[in-house]
Amino acid sequence: MRLRRTTTLAASLLAITLTATACGGGDDDDSGNGGGGGGDEIVIGIKFDQPGLGLLTPDGDHVGFDVDVATYIAGELGYEPDQIVFQEAPSPERENLLSRGDVDMIVATYSISEEREESVDFAGPYLLAHQDLLVRADYEVPNEEAINDMTLCSVSGSTSAANVQRDIAPDARLQQNNTYSQCLTGLENGTIDALTTDDSILAGYAAQPEHQGKFRLAGLELSDEYYGVGLPKDSENLDAVNEAITAMVEEGAWDEAVAEHFGPAGYEPEAAPEIGTRPEA
Amino acid sequence: MSNLSVLYDAPGPRARRRNVSYAVAFLAVLALGSWWLISQLQDKGELDWAKWEPFFTDSRVWTTYLLPGLQDTLVAAGLSMLIALPLGALLGIGRLSDHWWVRAPAGAIVEFFRAIPVLLLMLFANEAYALWTDVDRSVRPLYAVVTGLVLYNASVLAEVVRAGVLSLPKGQADAARAIGMRKGQTMTFVLLPQAVTAMLPALVSQLVVIVKDTALGGALLGYSELLRNANLVISNYGNVLASFAVAAAMFIALNFLLTSLASWLEGRIRRGKRSTGAALSTTMPGGMAVAGDVAGDAAGPAVGGMGPSGGGAGPSGDGPGGTGLNIP
Amino acid sequence: MFDFLDLDRYDLFGAFWTTVQLTVFSAIGSLILGTVLAAMRVSPVPIMRAFGTVYVHIFRNTPLTLIIVACSQLLAYTLGMSMGAEFATDTMSFRLAVLGFVLYTATFVCEALRSGINTVPVGQAEAARALGLGFTQVLTLIVLPQAFRAVVAPLANVLIALTKNTTVAAAIGVPEAALLMSDMVEQEAQLLPIAMLFGFGFIVLTLPTGLLLGRLSKRVAVKR
Repeated sequence: MRLRRTTTLAASLLAITLTATACGGGDDDDSGNGGGGGGDEIVIGIKFDQPGLGLLTPDGDHVGFDVDVATYIAGELGYEPDQIVFQEAPSPERENLLSRGDVDMIVATYSISEEREESVDFAGPYLLAHQDLLVRADYEVPNEEAINDMTLCSVSGSTSAANVQRDIAPDARLQQNNTYSQCLTGLENGTIDALTTDDSILAGYAAQPEHQGKFRLAGLELSDEYYGVGLPKDSENLDAVNEAITAMVEEGAWDEAVAEHFGPAGYEPEAAPEIGTRPEA
Repeated sequence: MSNLSVLYDAPGPRARRRNVSYAVAFLAVLALGSWWLISQLQDKGELDWAKWEPFFTDSRVWTTYLLPGLQDTLVAAGLSMLIALPLGALLGIGRLSDHWWVRAPAGAIVEFFRAIPVLLLMLFANEAYALWTDVDRSVRPLYAVVTGLVLYNASVLAEVVRAGVLSLPKGQADAARAIGMRKGQTMTFVLLPQAVTAMLPALVSQLVVIVKDTALGGALLGYSELLRNANLVISNYGNVLASFAVAAAMFIALNFLLTSLASWLEGRIRRGKRSTGAALSTTMPGGMAVAGDVAGDAAGPAVGGMGPSGGGAGPSGDGPGGTGLNIP
Repeated sequence: MFDFLDLDRYDLFGAFWTTVQLTVFSAIGSLILGTVLAAMRVSPVPIMRAFGTVYVHIFRNTPLTLIIVACSQLLAYTLGMSMGAEFATDTMSFRLAVLGFVLYTATFVCEALRSGINTVPVGQAEAARALGLGFTQVLTLIVLPQAFRAVVAPLANVLIALTKNTTVAAAIGVPEAALLMSDMVEQEAQLLPIAMLFGFGFIVLTLPTGLLLGRLSKRVAVKR
């Protein structure tokens, strides 16, 4: 807790924080909110609540494809796993986390887009995902036209939700929720037909032990989402991160991570996209 | 009218029978509703042991998610209360000031921060700390949550304090002035002590709001409070309704504890009223025993007349004025 | 700074209109349910009093987000109730949100009214009973009308809080101001200016409400 130049409010806040946490016993909890920010560690923004990509498990570990990519890149940059601090990167906060320097990079289902590239730099992409539908195992989606008659669910304010409303199926009934888990309740109970977002995210849910055999991916490629590694604007690490991603793919670590995290869902993403690929406008 | 039984006569035989039949009908509807709900949930598999099991057999659910979440909720709420209460009192008194240059800014602050959703206040605070201070990023969400809660709740508490002071009979201030007290003395020795009792229930319900509103910091700023951590349980175990039920139960228990504590405190303050008055008189300059007595006597009717006194918010059923109206 | 403000793409006024509608419908609903609850809590039937107390304790002590999301998860997604609208439409989530707001806000209305009832002098009820009025008559003809006039200011605060609380409806996808805000943030990647725009919008909505009702409360107050 460094504090140099603050208002009196912040100062009194700090004083009480110290006493309060002292009473509460133990400083921060083990959810990995980050440490001191010294020179010998790298802070990486990931998701905490996305099975298959970035999930905080009951043991307090971070598990998922994004986590593996992040760990590998950090390794190439010269950081041991115990020098990595994982911080949660909620979607609306991602640009700010980078521009403020709160995190050194973000590996959190961050798809490259023109608007975002105005405020951050992207290394990669390291994964090509497509917007897809997650349906009950016995449910058939004949073609893309049929989506217009379906009841869909997605996360509010997400790119996927906007895609559905603007391009893919403007007539479909789309329910937007806070989290994907909330949509799963409806999918499980048959009150909605499909959960729509990137197939990489969907695969994570399909592979969860609680859901195994219940859901499957429809296998539609409704959009191209290039997942990039978010870096602060004009970051000096850009080339190093790109090289790290290339090395990960060439060494086979990429394939291993894919098999480990997406395999159980029967989801095989496309081969790693070429570095520097950008979505077509 | 703190004893609400003055609203109806002591029930005779017929009224008693009617009341019993109402009660039975009401119970029947309630039972039918709950039975329907439970059977529906059973049908959908929401009551399956598998969905609830983690909370009973897997201690990691508690140690990794729920207890740290509860701790963070408590820290944020506690800090917010500690800062918002004095700040709110200050703003409230400021709004009552005779000087326009105190009154106007206090009023502007209160009205402004009451008008903006807390969530946005937290967002701005987070941004402000990031831009203009060196608060470390690991505690910044806490700072932002606390700042948002303080700004909003201090404004609301200021209004509570102002209403409490305004509710006192005008004679209180006049009497204090007549015996030569200055404005500050009038406020601190005569008005505030009486107003506090009257506004306690409203204060407490605002404290409950603080506890609940910590949940807003979780979704957007990633502050690891209880509700956000409950969402992590859901991500791992896929048991939405069960996790929500547990989280809700924890919030309800916490807030119930808070309101119970407050009503106990309220009772103590009320019982100690007389002695408070006497104690006050000794601390006042120049033999003001009379003033103490005035305050003590007037407290009764003043409190009885003030809105929330009869247990407006807390679970306290019995107000101070409920003498002689207790119909068996 | 405000170059993201593309009104063709983002229906800013439509979103705030939805916020207003949410507020109005929820306010009416909570006024009704809150009055019923308050009546229950002072009624001669013990079981109703108990129910009212338990209800208030449960709903007032739970975070609003939790109540709104639970409404949608339990009623719509699990039990398949679509509130008379087509399933998974904006209308459905709108009605679910209103239901949630009513369940929550009614507890505040109830508590405000109960404290309002406390401001009515005991003699009023005693006189009414001496005239032979029953409980319902005492309450609806004598006590409540006076109580309502005493609690205009607290109710105004509840209304302002409700207006701002409608932002929580974004959690279940009601296309109101907060949802549009998160949509714009996701698309435009500019958090702060967008949040400022919406903060201003809420000031425009809530400040006049507070001032108007504050004036009203002084006019209708019972002089004692």
